[in-house]
Amino acid sequence: MVKEYMTVQDVAGPLLLVGGVSGVKYEELVEVELPGGDVRRGKVLEVNEDTALVQLFEGATGVSVDSARVRFLGKGLELGLSRDMLGRVFDGLGGPKDGGPAIIPEVKRDVAGAPINPWARNYPNEFIQTGISAIDGLNTLVRGQKLPIFSGFGLPHAELVAQIARQAKVQGTEEEFAVVFAAMGITFEEAEYFIADFRRTGAIDRAVLFVNLASDPAIERIATPRMALTAAEYLAFDLEMHVLVILTDLTNYCEALREISAARKEVPGRRGYPGYLYTDLSTIYERAGRIKGKKGSITQIPVVSMPDDDKTHPIPDLTGYITEGQIILDRALHRKGIYPPINVLPSLSRLRDKGIGEGKTREDHANLANQLFAAYARGKEAQELAVILGEGALSPEDKAFFKFAEVFENRYVRQAQDENRTIDETLALGWELLEILPKSELKRVKPEQIDRYMKKTVAAGE
Amino acid sequence: MGETRVQGTIRKVSGPLVVADGMRAARMFDVVLVSEKNLIGEIIEIKGDLASIQVYEDTSGLGPGEPVVSTGEPLSVELGPGIIESIYDGIQRPLDKIEKIAGALITRGISVPGLDREKKWEFVATAKVGDEVVGGSILGTVQESTLVEHRIMVPPRTKGKITKIVSGSFTVAETVAVLEDGGKTHNLTLMQRWPVRLPRPYQDRLTPVEPLVTGQRVIDAFFPIAKGGTACVPGPFGAGKTVIQHQLAKWADAEIVIFVGCGERGNEMTDVLLEFPELKDPRSGEPLMKRTVLVANTSNMPVAAREASIYTGMTIAEYFRDMGYSVALMADSTSRWAEALREMSGRLEEMPGEEGYPAYLPARAAQFYERAGRVRCIGGDDRIGALSAIGAVSPPGGDLSDPVVQASLKVVKVFWSLEDWLAYERHFPAINWLTSYSLYHEMLSEYFRTEVSEEWEDLRQESMRILQKEAELKEIARLVGTDALSDRDRLILATAKSLREDFLHQNAFDDVDTYTSFPKQFKMLTNIIGFDRLSRDAVEQGVTAEELFALPAQEDIVRSRYIPESQMEEFDAVWGRIEQQIGELVEKKVGSEEVVA
Repeated sequence: MVKEYMTVQDVAGPLLLVGGVSGVKYEELVEVELPGGDVRRGKVLEVNEDTALVQLFEGATGVSVDSARVRFLGKGLELGLSRDMLGRVFDGLGGPKDGGPAIIPEVKRDVAGAPINPWARNYPNEFIQTGISAIDGLNTLVRGQKLPIFSGFGLPHAELVAQIARQAKVQGTEEEFAVVFAAMGITFEEAEYFIADFRRTGAIDRAVLFVNLASDPAIERIATPRMALTAAEYLAFDLEMHVLVILTDLTNYCEALREISAARKEVPGRRGYPGYLYTDLSTIYERAGRIKGKKGSITQIPVVSMPDDDKTHPIPDLTGYITEGQIILDRALHRKGIYPPINVLPSLSRLRDKGIGEGKTREDHANLANQLFAAYARGKEAQELAVILGEGALSPEDKAFFKFAEVFENRYVRQAQDENRTIDETLALGWELLEILPKSELKRVKPEQIDRYMKKTVAAGE
Repeated sequence: MGETRVQGTIRKVSGPLVVADGMRAARMFDVVLVSEKNLIGEIIEIKGDLASIQVYEDTSGLGPGEPVVSTGEPLSVELGPGIIESIYDGIQRPLDKIEKIAGALITRGISVPGLDREKKWEFVATAKVGDEVVGGSILGTVQESTLVEHRIMVPPRTKGKITKIVSGSFTVAETVAVLEDGGKTHNLTLMQRWPVRLPRPYQDRLTPVEPLVTGQRVIDAFFPIAKGGTACVPGPFGAGKTVIQHQLAKWADAEIVIFVGCGERGNEMTDVLLEFPELKDPRSGEPLMKRTVLVANTSNMPVAAREASIYTGMTIAEYFRDMGYSVALMADSTSRWAEALREMSGRLEEMPGEEGYPAYLPARAAQFYERAGRVRCIGGDDRIGALSAIGAVSPPGGDLSDPVVQASLKVVKVFWSLEDWLAYERHFPAINWLTSYSLYHEMLSEYFRTEVSEEWEDLRQESMRILQKEAELKEIARLVGTDALSDRDRLILATAKSLREDFLHQNAFDDVDTYTSFPKQFKMLTNIIGFDRLSRDAVEQGVTAEELFALPAQEDIVRSRYIPESQMEEFDAVWGRIEQQIGELVEKKVGSEEVVA
């Protein structure tokens, strides 16, 4: 029999202090019943002798010291799992949101998850073709990777993520795959955009959606990514699917975390975020990967909004230290009308070199990518120089690089939202653009590669 | 020791921190077992009857009233055959064994000893009955892997006369030797234990004299670290800290490599686990894993064990140093260690110092790095061991005023400054040649003179001057354009570019370029600087910098990095072509001027 306490002492922000309790455990799931029969869920943040500090996921509105009944359930926050979750929309705490029936679970799992043993991990090395040149060619996504998109307010990250979700595939395989989508504090319109896109393309049938909107309780967001990842782990490691997890927007998640930390009066770290933000984020991001002996995989694409487009803000900064690279969207490119506005220079995929090359994409891929990076960097430098000195003052080589940078942005980075380029098309385009440059400047590619691929594109262009 | 088994009761649980009462008799830093689940923890504060305990495992589900038992021993590691090629978590539990017991996910309360108790090792005694031995004396050896001869030592603070010693096949727990010390008997096994927070003793500290050869050109040539030295690699994310750490773990000419993955990515440890057994040691041809120990406490594993992980790694490193080996320890990343410290400090409600880090952060960092060094080992035979420590730092936003960076720079002698703008240009290793430094040049100069070349120091300084001059000239060129510079200055710009792109830039993923020996580095620099010297004279004769750098020999310099170590004579051929082509250019110019005259 679960004991019920009516001993709430304090209510502060999303926190309750409950006195006179016994047998309460850390991280335990809590139910708080209000006089009207409304039941809120929460978890134990701290127990100190006979008092328990409880964090309410749905906020404390309407909770009164006199009448709230608190029950400690003796287990953590769990999610019931089943194959039937595919095609369904849930709220941020895992309840049905689409008017459909509740899920009859095959198994229930604690959403906190457990760390994957590094020994048991399998290294991600399968190339995922997203059909987007700036990603496939230069910052390649690999199965089992966590590759965030650093965006800013008003930039088209939703379109880009939806395009990736639509187009992503591993060449030459027809394995079962699924999309798990977790919305945290995004607007109704943005969530609708995804849901409508999934519906339009039929992707909804193999998607599981967890939606916490901006208007939903902020603290609920803390559970949402964990719900999504618990579902993803079930699909990937129990049902052997390849799962793409989209988490948007982590910035809202971190703000909810900060809210609780502030309510607890903890010593703040940078910009008021708690000192354990890194550790907390890692328990989300590190749930991506592959496991030895299991067929499925979890690939994560979290979206992080950079406040004021600042990459050194604690949220993108700590994210970058955990994830295996980042795709950075750039306001200047966006203003030029380039979609997707991916700034490839500060973008990075740490797993690129494991996922490309002979037998995966093509043997020249790595060198070609490095050459394009170096040339574009030099082109940007030339553009800066031209701003000061005027274009006329540039050396002939600098002029070539100047031109290269322009063409690169307009033809390589820019593509339509429904344009799905194969990796061969992306590679060929790269070689074609290099023709703008003098051959002696191509130091990152091997001479035999120039002979082999450059000629081919010329021939193809003739 | 070990008699004081104090039992207390949990009063409070807050994240990884547990407070228990009834702990008056417990000692600071003793290991305790928390609750019936037997989670491992360590006492980090005592207030009267109350002990604050940092728990090395997930504490969810714990609550007041559950028991806490002190083991009466500080957190220790097991040292003996079986360490090499292992992968441990932060408190020396073998992750492969944990996987066998618990599956792919790490669950709680798993107790596995650091060393395998079943496995038998072939012990060859080198000491004999009647020998007087002291702590550190070598009793015999075990061939642990093809690369490592494990020297079995008398534990520190133990001495006596050998009354029995036998060669043969033993597990780590079986007695191989017996000492008699004034009526006391010591039964010695292949294994010993040592508390991780206590530095292992040595006879004397010595000044480093040899570089740790890493095969990384920018490091070896410009910012070398000594065997027994310390270095720090700060940099923003994406600047390549981990690639550098991996490169050092792969190619550094240490006999033992300890790699501590402290609060970093799980996949990075997997990468090491998969790659190292495939890679061959350039000196012995054996797989690199055969000299490597991994300590992996990834970011999502319990934060308290992360704090302990660097000490676990350091103690293992010291143990091999005591055998007389050159050991290299890489810690990636010390920032995560400091953050673990900060988290515990916050939970203890201590007064914060800078950025919320505890006030004792600089002291702890200094203590850690000071455990590195070149030493005369204990044991009476004056063997020399060296422990080099290289710590990565991940400052927020790459900001070097970060307390962890500053605390590290205070103690380390080498600073490799990674910059994101270099990484964006895909210039790797992205070590900034203008701001990095090494304080070992002086100590190592004798080695460079005798082992590399008399000219090495001059070459290095001249290269550095050119690179520094380039930075100044670039500023000017930005304002007035390159054309306004003199031919000599344009030559400097061209040579600097060559130094950057053809020497400093190194591709870790290319089979040949990934490692460059000192002789090859010397030849590469000789050709680049030699080209510059000849060009300077040529410019005097009226040849332009553009003409010089359009010579086909330039192409040879560009491709020099791909010349295999076995074809060193190729460099002399390149030099021949440089001399010839520049000579011809000058002749032509002088000839044509004479005609005009």
